[in-house]
Parts: sequence; structure tokens; C-alpha cells
Amino acid sequence: MNEGLLAVSLVWLFVFIYAILGSIDFGAGFWGMVHRNEVQGEAGALANRFLSPTWEVTNVFLVLLVVTLVSFFPAAIYTVGMALLLPGSLVLILLTIRSAMMAFQHSVRRFKGALEVVSGVTGVLIPSLLVSVLPILTGGFIDPESGMLRVGKLFTSPVTYAYLAFGLSSQLFLSASFLADYAREADNEPSYRVFRRHAVRLGPLTLITAVLTTWTIGQEASWLRQQLLEEGRWFLLSILAFLIGYLALFWKRRDRQKYRGWPRVAFILFIIQYALASFAYGRAHLPYLVYPSLTVDNSVTNPEMFRLLMVSYGIGLAILIPGFYLFWRLFLKDKRYLAPKEEGE
Amino acid sequence: MKKVKPLEELTIARSLFGSSLAFHIIFATLGVGLPFMILVAEVVYQITKDRDYPLMAKRWTKAQAILLGVAIPSGTIVAVQLSLLWPRFMEIVGEVIALPFQIELFAFFLEALFMSIYVYAADRLSAAARVISVFLVALGGSASAVLITAANAWMNTPTGFEVSGGEITDVRPLDAFLNPSFASAALHVLVSAFMTGAFAIAGLAAWRLLKGNQSRRESAYHRKALVLSLLVGGVMSLATAWNGHVAGQVLYDHQPEKLAAAEGHFKTEAYAPLAIGGIVDPEKRELVGAIKIPGMLSFLADNRFDAVVKGLNEFPEENWPPFYVHTLFNLMVFIGSWLILLSILAWVVHWRRREKPLPRWLLWLLVPSGVLSLLGIESGWVFTCSGRQPWTIYHYQRTSEAVTDATGLGLYFVLFIGLYLLLLVGTAIVMRSYFRRHPLSEAFATTGNGLGKGEVKHE
Ligand code: HDD
Ligand code: HEM
Ligand code: HEM
Repeated sequence: MNEGLLAVSLVWLFVFIYAILGSIDFGAGFWGMVHRNEVQGEAGALANRFLSPTWEVTNVFLVLLVVTLVSFFPAAIYTVGMALLLPGSLVLILLTIRSAMMAFQHSVRRFKGALEVVSGVTGVLIPSLLVSVLPILTGGFIDPESGMLRVGKLFTSPVTYAYLAFGLSSQLFLSASFLADYAREADNEPSYRVFRRHAVRLGPLTLITAVLTTWTIGQEASWLRQQLLEEGRWFLLSILAFLIGYLALFWKRRDRQKYRGWPRVAFILFIIQYALASFAYGRAHLPYLVYPSLTVDNSVTNPEMFRLLMVSYGIGLAILIPGFYLFWRLFLKDKRYLAPKEEGE
Repeated sequence: MKKVKPLEELTIARSLFGSSLAFHIIFATLGVGLPFMILVAEVVYQITKDRDYPLMAKRWTKAQAILLGVAIPSGTIVAVQLSLLWPRFMEIVGEVIALPFQIELFAFFLEALFMSIYVYAADRLSAAARVISVFLVALGGSASAVLITAANAWMNTPTGFEVSGGEITDVRPLDAFLNPSFASAALHVLVSAFMTGAFAIAGLAAWRLLKGNQSRRESAYHRKALVLSLLVGGVMSLATAWNGHVAGQVLYDHQPEKLAAAEGHFKTEAYAPLAIGGIVDPEKRELVGAIKIPGMLSFLADNRFDAVVKGLNEFPEENWPPFYVHTLFNLMVFIGSWLILLSILAWVVHWRRREKPLPRWLLWLLVPSGVLSLLGIESGWVFTCSGRQPWTIYHYQRTSEAVTDATGLGLYFVLFIGLYLLLLVGTAIVMRSYFRRHPLSEAFATTGNGLGKGEVKHE
């Protein structure tokens, strides 16, 4: 594996991690809003309990993505920076409002209602803007003269909306499956049923929008569709993972107290599904970072910097992994946090 | 290939980016300074076993958690805006000085993970685990400040690469990281942030003590907070001033234009005077209305009165920094000196009065010290960044070469300024409202030690 490929794989990995974490984070905000007025089962409260300690960590992954791109592919910054000025700035503004509200509502109850709406609405808008980056990278939306984004074209092209539909349904699907699992971990059966139902409804939708997207990509970027079709077997594997995971939502439990479904198995398989599909998408996108001007190999950084960056990753991860483990134990595993007894006192 | 950029767009880009940083730095500095104070309070508790200290730690953490909600997204804004507004600069950053940016992320993770743990899981942690968490939060914040400063220091004193035929070659990332001004700048940023965290608390504690109708218990609590923060603030402001002097000597060696502009100094000379106040008359090329201390600039710059200090006349006019940096520099140094004097004074008075309350005039003097300290941070940073003009990378890349070719930046400027104003007001309201609804008296009443179990999670 040469340096370019190694670097782009790392960037791909971070995109993938952020896509999953971001989906769950923004999706939880959306579900928190949808279920904010339900007393029974507290599905909304459950979503918000998950969000409180995690959004900061999720946000660091977004920054990690940006910094990794700059460090490994400095030559791409000019093109990408010019093209993303508008969507990037909008994401920043929305993200700032969302994060501030997230921290504020924790301190002042008066904002609770407002927060839930802000967090829900931005939970749809931010991912939409982020997803719109993908069609931009496939070419055709950047004005070759000025280097700036053709905003009008971007927002009138069916391709963009296909990506959006796919991105949003995936986000809601993934977050619903995750929250179903989180609810089960918290022994909260009513919420479990709510989120399982969402997942069951959204599953097929994600599949349909995925096919639709591949279909419309051909309009703007025939090169990409051509290459996507060559990755067919990865997509088949991905669909297989989805099907098994989807079935797992219907498997009966031996424990009669519990409603049907194995959310943990389902969620893990859905992650595998998305890993396979985005791996295939990434492979099809090679060798371009931004079609047609930037390829991986013509934008990768110098070897010396590359080496040191890799060293820093090694050391950084070694230090952080115990931290992540502790975090997981305290907020995703510990019953005292998941289902506090003295709730509402 | 380079298209001609209208000057206005460049000015807007600079103003937009400068405002974003000026906004971020308020929260970022407190994000370095407050965790440090929280750590100090937790440690003092382990020594004295006085339960007021963990209560302080808890209430400051609350404030920090609110600030964090703005610090993190505003940091995300600057990080992304760097690439959006200065893409040509970031191309070079990626090749030469990417390392501190990358390592900084690990510091962010450390801080974000353990901040969540410290805030949301405090009631499930042992005392030792709590102190370790807050230590890691403080470590993460301090490390991120040091690392980002490495990047800024490199912009001032770039090393670790060669340029041949417009291409960057022979990159030595570690040399770039450990550039000549890194050590002095990083230390200066760190101690000035600790100092600011301490004075922010001192100012608030003084304000509380001035307000009447408090139980003895409450005023005892505020007094402890005041004394502790004055101790930390006093030591740190001494360190800041000493170390700022070292930073000035680095300017003398590596960025003579900036030093000259800081002093409004035009004629190259030995026995150069230190100028306090005054404004530059660009026509006459001299500083008018300043108090001058003969020989002092030479002495401060190089420890000798006969050191030759270069004046602005030595350099082509197109490479001059803006003249207002002289005022900014004065402001920073004035604030540093004032806060040193003030903390010494307050300590002497406290020492002599023993148990008696501090006099009101002294408390009034202390109230604005937190704001002043933040003002020092702002003026110091704008001094560094504007004093580097017209260069983004000193003597390598001009700001006009770094800026994006995108047009229509005015709209973004308006949007972001609006956002910052909104958040400043929002943060102030939330702070007030939270501490109103959770007065100290209530914290004393609930559990005696103010550390009600379960309270953490239901807020
Ligand atoms: C509370 C804040 C504060 C205070 C009281 C001081 N400083 Fe400072 N100063 C900073 C906060 C700061 C800063 C914001 O942290 C800067 C901006 C960039 C940097 O590296 O540190 C800075 C930069 C800075 C620089 C520029 C370094 C460069 O551009 O490379 C010099 C020469 C000094 N300082 C010198 C001093 C002196 C002689 C002080 C005497 C008391 C002083 N500072 C007090
Ligand atoms: C020199 C001045 C700066 C200092 C001292 C500083 C320090 C900090 C600190 C302590 C935080 C954590 C927030 C908190 O705990 O309150 C933070 C957040 C952040 N800063 Fe700054 N920063 C500075 C300038 C910058 C610049 C120029 C950038 C752009 C590259 C930047 C990027 C960020 C980012 C991305 C975050 C958010 C990290 C997260 O998601 O957790 N900072 N900064
Ligand atoms: C956080 C405190 C900081 C403040 C308040 C600040 C302030 C400013 C201001 C006012 C400008 C505009 C200068 C002018 O055009 O006159 C500027 C420019 C700039 N600053 Fe800083 N700065 C800070 C920290 C940093 C750091 C840590 C970095 C390094 C990563 C940085 C990188 C830049 C860049 C790239 C520009 C634009 C190019 C240029 O004008 O040189 N700044 N900053």
C-alpha cells in the first residue's frame, strides 16, 4: 500500500466513524424532538440522556476529519475550501447553535422545550448539508472559472436530492436501531418498542433510496456509476448484512418479558452493512478526491510529514483507548446512568 | 494564475477571521484557566479537608460546562474557517506544521471525554478518580493551548522547510514544531490563561463579597475563593510578565519590525527608550505624546543599554505592521503590571487584617480584574497576529496571497458576527439564571457539604 492509499483509507475510516456517530447523534436529536411530549416510556428523554455526555466527543470526530484532511492532503485544501465555503459556513453556524443549546438546557430548564426543537431541526439540516458534500466531490458542481460552488445547480439537481434522501433515511434508521439497543440496555421496554418500530419502517426505505441514488449518480458523474457497478459484490454483501440484521429485529426472545427482536445483533449488522457499502463507494471514488482535478496521489503530503503523522496517531490512540473504554462503561453500559431510579424527584 | 483580489474582500476575510478568533479565545482561555483552578481546589481539599473547596470545584465546573458549550463549536468554527478563508496558507500548514494540529486533536479527545465523565458521572466516581478526571481535563486544555500556539509561533518564526522555485522542499516537521518562538510563546499563553482563570474567579468572589445580606458561612466561602484565586493569579501574573519579557527578546532576535511597531520606534539606535502611551504620527514618522524611559527598550530587548534596536525606517514601508499595535502592546503590559501590583496589595491587606473582612475599596478594585485579564489576552493575540502583517507566514507568505479567491464574504461576516453576539448574550443569561436558581445558601442547606448526590444529573 502506498502512502496515498494509506492516507485516504484513514480519511475514509474517519468519515465512516463520523457518519455513524453523527447519524446517531443528530438522529437522537431528531427523535428527542419527535417524542418530546410523550410521558409514557420516556423515549424522548432516553434519546436526550444519551446525547448529553456524547455530543462533545462526536464533535471532536468532525474536527478530526477536517484536520486529517488538511494534514494528509494539503494540496486539496484550496479546491475543497473554495467549494465548501457556503455549505461549510452554514454547518458551522447551525452546529454552534445546536451545541450551545445542548450545553445550556442542561443548566436552565426554561430552555428545555426550545432545545428539543433546535436539536431536532438542526439534526436534519446539518446532516443534509454534510451529505451534499458527496455530490460536490463527484464533479460538475464547481465552477471551473471561479472555483466556487454553483449553488443554484447543486440545489436544483435531482442527484443532490437523491443523496439527501439516502443520507437522511440512513441517519434516522441507524439512530433508531441504536436507540432501540440503548433502550433495551436500559431495560426500558416501552421505548424499545418505539425505536424498534421506527427501525422496522425505515429499513426498507434506506434500501430503496440507495438504489435510487446509484441510479441518478449517472446523470452527473457517469464515471462514478461505472465504477460503482464494478464493486457489485461488496454491495451484495452489504445488502446481505442488512437483511440478516433486519430479520434480527423480528427474532423472538426466550425471555417472555421482552418484546421480540435482538437489537444488539441488528445494530452491529447494520454497521457492517454501512461499512461494506461505504468501503465500496470509497473504492469506486478512487483515485479521485475531487473529480476531475484532484487525485489521491497528486495531493498527498510529503513523506516525512506522513511518517510523523502516523507516529502521532499510534501514540495518541494508545493514550486514548482506555479513555474511550471508560467512557463507554460509564455512559453506555452503567445501569445507574441508563435508568436512574430516582428519576424526577 | 492568481486572480486579483479586491482589497475589500481581503479586509473582510481578515476581520471575519479575527472576530472568530477573538470570540473563541474568550471561552478557550477560560477553558484552560478554569479547569486549572478546579484542579487546585480539589487538591487543596485533599490537603485541608475543608468541604468548601470541593463545593467551589463543583460550582466552577458548572460554569465551565456552560462555557464549553460555546468553546467547542467556536473552536470548530476557527478550525474550519482556516481552510475556508486561508486555503493557500493551509496548503503550506499541511506540508510543514500539521503535526501540532493533529496532536491537538488527541488533547481535545482527552478533554472532552474526561469533562463528560467529570460532569455527568461525578456521583459515581471515587474521590481519587474525580481528581484524576479533572487533572486530565486540565491537561487536555493546557496541551491544546500549547499545541495551537506552536502553529502560531511557527507563523511568526517559520522554520523547518525550504522553498525552491515556489515548491516546498526539505520539510523537517519537528524543527517546524520547535521553532524559535515556540517555547516562550507557549509558556506565555499557558501562564496567562491560568492567570485569567484565577482573576475571573477573584473578580466574581469580590463582587459577591460586596453584596450585602450574606450569612457568615457564605462570606467565609467567598473569602476562601478570593484568597485562593489571588494566590494563583498573583503567582501566574508574575510568571506572565517575566515570560512576556522573554517573548519580547525573541521579537528582538527574530521579528524586529514587530518590536519596532510595538514601541512606535522609527530610528535605529542604541540606548533606545521604552515608550509608554502616545500615538504614531505617520506623516512625521514619530510617536507623539508618549512617556519615554531612556535606554530601557535596549535593556529589555537585549539586557544591555547600548543594544542597537532597529527602527521601522530600516524596513520598506509596505512591510510595516499597523501602528495601533503599539497601543495593544501597551495595554497588555499595563494590565499585567496592574494585576501584579493589585494581587500583592490584596495579599498584604489580607495578611494584616487576619479575620476581619477586606475593605470595600479593595474589593471594588478587584471586581474588574477578570475582565481586565481577558482584555490582556485579547490585546496580546491581536498584537501578535496584526503585528505580523502584512505577512501570514513571516517573510514567506503575505496575507493577500493566503486568502481565498471566493467572493461575497461580507454576508458571512454579518452572519457570524450576529451569531457571536447572540451567543455572548445567551451565555450571560444562562450563567446568571443558573446561579440565581442555585444559590450558595441552597447548596449549604441541602447536604451540609453542598455535594448533593443525584443533583448532578437532574439539572
Ligand atoms: C493576561 C494576559 C497577558 C498579560 C498580562 C501579558 N501578556 Fe503578553 N501576550 C499574551 C497575554 C498577556 C497572549 C495573549 O497570551 C500572547 C499573544 C500571543 C502569545 O504568544 O501570547 C501575548 C504575546 C506577547 C508578545 C508577543 C510575542 C510574539 O508576537 O511573538 C510579547 C512580546 C509579550 N506578550 C510581552 C508581554 C509583556 C512584556 C508583558 C508584561 C507584563 C505581557 N506580555 C503581559
Ligand atoms: C491560541 C489560542 C487558542 C487557545 C488557547 C485554544 C484553546 C482551546 C481550548 C482549551 C479548547 C477546549 C474548549 C474548552 O475546554 O473550553 C478549544 C477548543 C477548540 N479549539 Fe481552540 N484554542 C485557541 C485557538 C484555536 C485556533 C486558532 C483553532 C483553529 C485551528 C482552534 C481550534 C479549536 C477547536 C477545533 C476546538 C474544539 C475542540 C472540540 O471539538 O472539542 N483553537 N481551544
Ligand atoms: C485566539 C486568539 C487569536 C486572536 C484574537 C487572533 C487575532 C487575529 C486577528 C485580529 C487577525 C487579523 C490580523 C490582521 O489582518 O490585522 C488574525 C489573523 C490570522 N490569525 Fe490570528 N489570532 C489568534 C490566534 C491565532 C492562532 C493560534 C493562529 C494559528 C493557528 C492564528 C492564525 C491566524 C491566521 C492564519 C490569520 C490570517 C492571516 C493573517 O492575517 O496573517 N491566529 N488573527
